[in-house]
Amino acid sequence: MNFESFSDFLAMGGHGLYVWLSYGVAALIFVANIVLPMKKKKEIVKKHVQRLKREKVA
Amino acid sequence: MWTFFHKLGSPKWFYDISGKWLPWFAVVSALLLVLGSIWALAFAPADYQQGNSFRIIYIHVPSAILAQSCFMMMAIAGAIGLIWKMKLADMFVKAAAPVGASFTFMALLTGAVWGKPTWGTWWVWDARLTSMLILLFLYFGIMALQSAIEDAATAAKASAVLALVGMVNIPIIKYSVEWWNTLHQPATFTLTEKPAMPAEMWVPLLVMVIGFYCFFTTVILLRTRNEILERERRTNWVKKLVTKGVAL
Repeated sequence: MNFESFSDFLAMGGHGLYVWLSYGVAALIFVANIVLPMKKKKEIVKKHVQRLKREKVA
Repeated sequence: MWTFFHKLGSPKWFYDISGKWLPWFAVVSALLLVLGSIWALAFAPADYQQGNSFRIIYIHVPSAILAQSCFMMMAIAGAIGLIWKMKLADMFVKAAAPVGASFTFMALLTGAVWGKPTWGTWWVWDARLTSMLILLFLYFGIMALQSAIEDAATAAKASAVLALVGMVNIPIIKYSVEWWNTLHQPATFTLTEKPAMPAEMWVPLLVMVIGFYCFFTTVILLRTRNEILERERRTNWVKKLVTKGVAL
């Protein structure tokens, strides 16, 4: 461990804002990269199912 | 080798096999990224000049490497798509563009945030930063072509050409720190020389780089599989899959 205490860890020797801002934005980008295609898949499947139902009725 | 190449032309084969790969890449990338981040934030030693702001390197460098190699992969896939009309290559280009853009943005943003305490400014119009910004616009250009052109084959052709032309920018990014005077420091790592930093610093960086690549693979598989479902919706195997109810 490179830090004395947890508040030391958060402060990052005065660079806390920069370090945590970078890691925070990076985390958001990672999450978005996973969530967006998964949501898209749900939409695609839903659309397919509806179309197949329509075709059966017709 | 050639049978593998032919199989790659079959969307159904790729959909099946990528479904098996996907969970492994997802788990490995999650493990590496979590481990790498904890290592980078809490255990790696602080830089003697830059202090703790140096820890930004562990996301800045991997995202910048990935942003550039993603573009190279797109250009290669674009060429394959143009020459052999391989649908999967076209789908890769479409899937990779937004992901590459997001990592280029990550590299630019973490660079700016790192630049503030280190150089005293968020942004300078120097060669490295400007050429990375151009890379971001190239990604946006490919995404715009994909959404503007309705016909998939035409969109793929246009994107492939832009990816190939955009390749000019890649060596410019790489050598920008050597050709021009810049605030940006030269490459931290080269393939031919021993790293200039101690192992406690570069091992977590290596973990992060591998984690970024595994994550990239995971997202590309997710997006390519979506693209296959969309384009092959008229085929029987997709209809069967949809009615059975598909998992991830």
